[in-house]
Amino acid sequence: MLGLGPHASFIIAAYAVAFAALGVLTVATLADDRKQRRLLADLERRGITRRSAAKPRPAATSTVTRTAS
Amino acid sequence: MTFSLTNLANPTRFLNFAGAVIPWLAVLTAILLGVGLYQAFFVAPADYQQGETVRIMYIHVPAAWVGMGCYVVIAIAALGTLIWRHPLADVAAKAAAPIGATFTFVILVTGSLWGKPMWGTYWVWDARLTSLLVLFLLYLGLIALWQAIEEPGRAGRAAAILALVGAVNLPIIKFSVDWWNTLHQPSSVLRADGPTIDSALLTPLFVMGGAFLALFVLLHLIAMRAEILRRRVRVLQQTQVAQAARA
Repeated sequence: MLGLGPHASFIIAAYAVAFAALGVLTVATLADDRKQRRLLADLERRGITRRSAAKPRPAATSTVTRTAS
Repeated sequence: MTFSLTNLANPTRFLNFAGAVIPWLAVLTAILLGVGLYQAFFVAPADYQQGETVRIMYIHVPAAWVGMGCYVVIAIAALGTLIWRHPLADVAAKAAAPIGATFTFVILVTGSLWGKPMWGTYWVWDARLTSLLVLFLLYLGLIALWQAIEEPGRAGRAAAILALVGAVNLPIIKFSVDWWNTLHQPSSVLRADGPTIDSALLTPLFVMGGAFLALFVLLHLIAMRAEILRRRVRVLQQTQVAQAARA
């Protein structure tokens, strides 16, 4: 890159806007993912779990009883 | 476990798959972006007509591929919602809409910034630019629809219908430069008779295309995971309210 010529401001602005928009999208997506994981973990910590997660599978052969831990 | 798409129909299996793939995709995206940007600025030559402004092409065109491809994903997911009632179809569609909207925003802005020095104007109401603006508005409409209807199943079906109606815009965008007189140049990469761009410019373009595609898949997987968890949280919160009401 020796120089961006007379239209450098347009090129720089295009890259700046593109990467700012994609950066905001990435941060927002990661923040939402983290928020949902935190909310789910918080609910499960309080003993509120999905039925499929709470019930042992019928095929299970273990005699050990699971306790809330 | 043998891999198949039907395995991923189960949200829990999908979450396991996404958790394994996301770190690798993040690395791949970073490498492709790094190589693509290096090639775009330090390897690719200036264009004989457009000069240095051709470097805007390396973000504008890949954004266009992803912005339109994302709508294809939403349209296929809409079919999955309405016909096959695939459990992840409307999750995929809902997660894709903000990503598609952002990439389409990038197309519009970088196109305007490329148009001013080349055409002498930021905007003209020709078929290509207007149909792309319609695509952006369609994405915003889908996002608004999902926000407006609280129950995910109903929201998914309503959005699927809108998405399928809006899919008619895709061929209009693609062929607008052939069907009407536009300021926008005709297709020069995705053509039946092959690209008309020199390989010195085409290679960085494809690398940036790969980078944007990898970024799209990465963000889509993360957004889908977040949406699945959001629905689980919603169910658990309803369970919590029901338990509190019984107590």
